[in-house]
Amino acid sequence: MSRSRRFKLQVFRVIVFLVFGAFFLVPIGAMFEFSTRGNTDTAPRTLSAWQTIFQTPDLVAAILASLALAVITSAGMLVLLVPTMIWVRLRLPRLNRVVEFLCLLPLTIPAIVLVAGLAPEYRWLSINVSESILTLAFVYLVLVLPYTYRTLHAGLAAIDVKTLSEAARSLGAGWATVMGRIIVPNMWSALLNAALLSVAVVLGEFTIANLLNYVNLQVAIALLGRANAGVSIAVAVASLMFAFILLVILSFFGRPRARVAQLEADTTLSWGQKT
Amino acid sequence: MTVAAKPLVETAARPLGGGRRFSLDWLGAVPFLAYVGVFLLLPTAIVVGGSFVGPNGLTLSNLTAMNKPFIVGAFVNSVVLSAGSAIIGAVLGAVLAYAVVTGNPDGVLRRLVTSACGVLAQFGGVTLAFAFIATIGFEGFITIWLKQHGINIYANGIWLFQLSGLLLVYTYFQIPLMVLVFLPALDGIRPQWREATESLGGATWHYWRYVAGPLLAPAFFGGLLLLFANSFSAYATAAALINQGSIIASLLIANTLTSEVGLAQPGLASALALVMVIVVAIVMVLYTVLQQRTARWLQ
Repeated sequence: MSRSRRFKLQVFRVIVFLVFGAFFLVPIGAMFEFSTRGNTDTAPRTLSAWQTIFQTPDLVAAILASLALAVITSAGMLVLLVPTMIWVRLRLPRLNRVVEFLCLLPLTIPAIVLVAGLAPEYRWLSINVSESILTLAFVYLVLVLPYTYRTLHAGLAAIDVKTLSEAARSLGAGWATVMGRIIVPNMWSALLNAALLSVAVVLGEFTIANLLNYVNLQVAIALLGRANAGVSIAVAVASLMFAFILLVILSFFGRPRARVAQLEADTTLSWGQKT
Repeated sequence: MTVAAKPLVETAARPLGGGRRFSLDWLGAVPFLAYVGVFLLLPTAIVVGGSFVGPNGLTLSNLTAMNKPFIVGAFVNSVVLSAGSAIIGAVLGAVLAYAVVTGNPDGVLRRLVTSACGVLAQFGGVTLAFAFIATIGFEGFITIWLKQHGINIYANGIWLFQLSGLLLVYTYFQIPLMVLVFLPALDGIRPQWREATESLGGATWHYWRYVAGPLLAPAFFGGLLLLFANSFSAYATAAALINQGSIIASLLIANTLTSEVGLAQPGLASALALVMVIVVAIVMVLYTVLQQRTARWLQ
């Protein structure tokens, strides 16, 4: 590469990073700025909007509900998906494509479409089972499938499941032992990744909760935004920071082995899509 | 004894009737399949079936209602918004991805940008809408600053809460998504190909026109399609930004589903949802095809 071309490339890169950096950082900075404004134009900076968060009972209830949903969804996802994926890998290879297709299907069915079909189901659930907001965990588990499937798939691909299970079986282990004590301990980071991704998705979910008339964190923020913009923006920033911290944890814990990282990058990058 | 025992064992292992033994292994997949059936396939089936059901039983009236001006208008707006934000997002995302890929592949900058893109591509809905309201809303940081310098960005109307506002806000998650999708393709481009072009007397233009361009085209257009589907199906951001009216298809579905004045039309909502899922499915199938083409060339 010639010297002048390299110089031009460096100038191009610096300009690109500055412009894009500004475009992406200014709105986030503006939220901080907005949430610390005083009541009047000349009033000094204040953290009162942040303090008000915990004095708003509706908001606290919504935060707790969303956190509970996140925990339930993550746990349910692991209980449902991990044994199925291991079992399919070992005993039902013909079902592999079916499970993959079903797990990635929610990417093609928009949440707004899903909710149109879920409305009758949730009407039935609220009459016959429970009206609790926690029933949303049923559908959130479906929403997180595409993301968790990829992560768990990468985790499983990085270990030799077949040899491990055959070795364990030949030594007299039952299937529960194979899964619980042999395979799962070998894919901790994938499990943690999948759980954290679920938490991030659940905490950010708005569409389904809003249209099924449940008040989760995002719905509460939106409702509050009409009455007290400062507080709702403060909560929005807080939830964003929380999701960001989760994803930073994820990027540190998630890559103990180069192979896992590579597989993960391959799968997530080729399918990255939001709801 | 041993001679007699041998066939006994064999018959015991062989099932009666002589066919393949029914495997109980299938039972292991039942919980998952049942769950997905109830909470993913059944709702989809309800949407499809619901499109053909009216107050008086089976009907096609929900689907024939699709030519009403306000419905056509919402879908046209959705297509315009999705195409616009996909094109802007794809071009700018490709530029950013190129700036990333020309740096150190193991560098901090690259890691930072890809992590940030992972977060920002998921970043939508209420928080994103509020971020832009805090930036360029009436009381926004930039609006006020510009006003102090004599510039009123809303001189020609309140565009943030209209289609053009959505276009700007959507690029905020479209660009990072494009970076994530396009980076692997750019990584597949070998520096040797450029050297080969140069040794054959090709200039930069020739390299992009005849070598890199055609190789990257499937990945680029695949990304474009993914971005289109992503924007077409997005609801939360628009709902948080626009409180009234149904200017795009997803808002129209929501308002038809849960009309606050008691005029909910579940059949019509299902038909609208069906149209949306068909559009998204077609786009996603095309995306998968292009994705496979990309994989064939750039390994």
